[in-house]
Amino acid sequence: MTVKECYQAMGGDYEDAIGRLRTDERVMRFLGKVADDGSFSLLQSALAAHNIQEAFRAAHTLKGICMNLSLTRLAASAHAITEALRGRETYGDDLAPLMAAVSADHEQTVRAIRACAAAQN
Amino acid sequence: MNQANKKILIVDDSELNRSLLSDMLCDTFDILEAENGMQAIEILHEHELEISLMLLDIVMPEMDGFEVLGMMNEKGWIKTIPVIMISAETGGAYIDRAYDLGAIDYISRPFDERTVKHRVTSNYLLTVKQKEMAELLSDQMYQKEKDNSLMIEILSHIVEFRNGESGLHVLHVHVITELLLRRLAEKSKAYALTEQEIHMIGNASALHDIGKISVPAEVLNKPGRLTPEEFEIMKRHTVEGAKMLQNIPFRRNDALVRVAHDICRYHHERYDGGGYPDGLKGDDIPIAAQVVAIADVYDALTSERVYKPPFSHEAALRMIANGECGAFNPVLLECLQDISQKLESELHVASFGHATDDSIRNTVQRMLKTGGTDASARSVRLLEQERMKFKFLSDLSRDIVFEYNAVPEMIKLSEQSTDSLGLPEKIVEPSADRLWTKLFGKENFADFVGKLRATSPENAVATGKYLLQINRDKVWCKVTAKALWSEGETPVFEGAIGKIVDIDAEATAVAFWAQKAEEDERTGLLNHTAAKTRISALLQNAGDKQYALAVFDLDNFKQANDSYGHLFGDEVLEEVARRIKCNIRSTDLAARMGGDEFILFMEYKKSVTPQLKRIFDRLCEPFKEFAVSISMGVACTENFGGSYEELFRRADAAMYEVKRNKKNGFAFYADGTCASSRS
Repeated sequence: MTVKECYQAMGGDYEDAIGRLRTDERVMRFLGKVADDGSFSLLQSALAAHNIQEAFRAAHTLKGICMNLSLTRLAASAHAITEALRGRETYGDDLAPLMAAVSADHEQTVRAIRACAAAQN
Repeated sequence: MNQANKKILIVDDSELNRSLLSDMLCDTFDILEAENGMQAIEILHEHELEISLMLLDIVMPEMDGFEVLGMMNEKGWIKTIPVIMISAETGGAYIDRAYDLGAIDYISRPFDERTVKHRVTSNYLLTVKQKEMAELLSDQMYQKEKDNSLMIEILSHIVEFRNGESGLHVLHVHVITELLLRRLAEKSKAYALTEQEIHMIGNASALHDIGKISVPAEVLNKPGRLTPEEFEIMKRHTVEGAKMLQNIPFRRNDALVRVAHDICRYHHERYDGGGYPDGLKGDDIPIAAQVVAIADVYDALTSERVYKPPFSHEAALRMIANGECGAFNPVLLECLQDISQKLESELHVASFGHATDDSIRNTVQRMLKTGGTDASARSVRLLEQERMKFKFLSDLSRDIVFEYNAVPEMIKLSEQSTDSLGLPEKIVEPSADRLWTKLFGKENFADFVGKLRATSPENAVATGKYLLQINRDKVWCKVTAKALWSEGETPVFEGAIGKIVDIDAEATAVAFWAQKAEEDERTGLLNHTAAKTRISALLQNAGDKQYALAVFDLDNFKQANDSYGHLFGDEVLEEVARRIKCNIRSTDLAARMGGDEFILFMEYKKSVTPQLKRIFDRLCEPFKEFAVSISMGVACTENFGGSYEELFRRADAAMYEVKRNKKNGFAFYADGTCASSRS
């Protein structure tokens, strides 16, 4: 699996990423870090604990990371939950479907990255 | 460009973002990282002067980007460290707020390598340029000032050379003039002179005798008394000097030239109107000329001339005060008395070269001084903070913290120490002080100071163990101190800072915590890390000793937990540990790896089987309603020579072999080196 195919699999914009980050090697190295990054699980646990402020920061960080690597699909669902959490104080039922979307996209993204990394080694 | 200054601080809560930025920039810059605002502030505190640019995220835990900017404003860092904001926030209000707080640029996510490199590099270069320009400016000012005084000096020395004077006269008149003017400015509002004017008059004073260039050498250097005609010629040097300055083709209206003109023309006028060339009286004589006149007379009196020996400082002052050498402004006579002491010492130092260089530096500094905090004031403040930190820490510490000063010999104790010891804060001549020698012992103290003196600037720490009298008890103490040596080619021992630590108390505490750190909390056996360290050490120094490593776990532990509860599970673990402790020798090691896994490590002579079998059987006795059953794998070091990890891997493999079969037994790692045995 090439890096480009990996981007297709996880709904990312390969051209944009390579335009900004210049080399496949660098893109792949940082994709590896996305797979290990803790902000998704922090978002998950913070949301479960109804800790809205922490959840906002985690979602915001996740979104920033995705934007940096042009992970368009995950960035979009992360953006949606970030905006839903911004400036908010209490938990609401609208958050669960947003989180579900993030989880699905995150899982798909991580799976693609792992597969690609395995193929390249 | 100074390499040492090419440090960039990246502040972002996401590790990935930091390393992405770092990856883009690390070819050109050294990178420091902070994962939240708090850390950024800590790093700024420590590395303020090294950081040449900062990349700052907005949304962060602990302290966000705006708060960091606020703090940087408060501390004045924002003036010297350019900040580029980075964030996915593109709202105009966010950006405006960052700019208002002093950020100089903004990079939005997602990062584009070229944009990041370009923005950072250009902003960095801009800042460096600014600093270079400031330095250039100060260099130029320095150069200009240096050129000015150089020209004046050359000119005036030509005159003196012709006079057959030493050349020191000009310098002395300059020094005396400035001293007198400064005192005058302090003393009298009528002569409100600025520091700049005083400095200029000082410079101009060097030209007071340039008119003498027009006086024939035979008159100028005549050893005996001048005839009335010759004296008339001599007197003309005032008018001639003034004329020369009036007629110079350039900068005639320059303040320096005008003041020099006044000095040349009027420095032989008398306050009572009896002087030449114009017979001016009182304050009609410009103050610059009045001051130079008195300086000129003083230096002439105290110097040797062809027609007279030098008078002493006291005699010269007396003669001037008595009006023997002319009539002067009474205020100036008072000033001369006031500066009498300073005069003597300053003239002693005033020689060519360094004095003038110093004064130039002073001028430049004075000129550069602006409203804001200047560099030196900041250094003083930083130093003050360091002192406060030191004081706070030494007050917190239970140790006795002291400063030792060699000349005059003195001990200074921290506040906390003085309280607990009942000693004064300062002890002068400690080696002879009754209280200090009672505490430290005369010989001990002499010995320790000897050790300090025997250190060198590169290797300045001395330690010693002494039996000291702390309050009522004799206590063994360790004294550690860092000797302070002066800078320069032949360093001089100046003193030391150090502390006195009660070894007994310290040793007990260290042993306690060392044991705590190695222990497994539940069972009191060693923890895995400690066991690993110890076993590795034993393996390394094994020689021809033989060791066996046994790894085992409880076969049905999960079941015990499930059917009787976790509390019971804990009891089982504690019981197993107790049985291990009862059945191993003091030289054997036993550790809990975590969960229900344990290891044993023991030396053996011929065969390890008997002692292992004994332990195994003890461990397998039933505990309450629970039938203890274990699977144990053993690996021996005979013909082994590998690491702990490898030994462990072998024992672990043997244990799984037992588990795979019927459980509840022990087996050796099967490579033929140990007699394979199965219970």
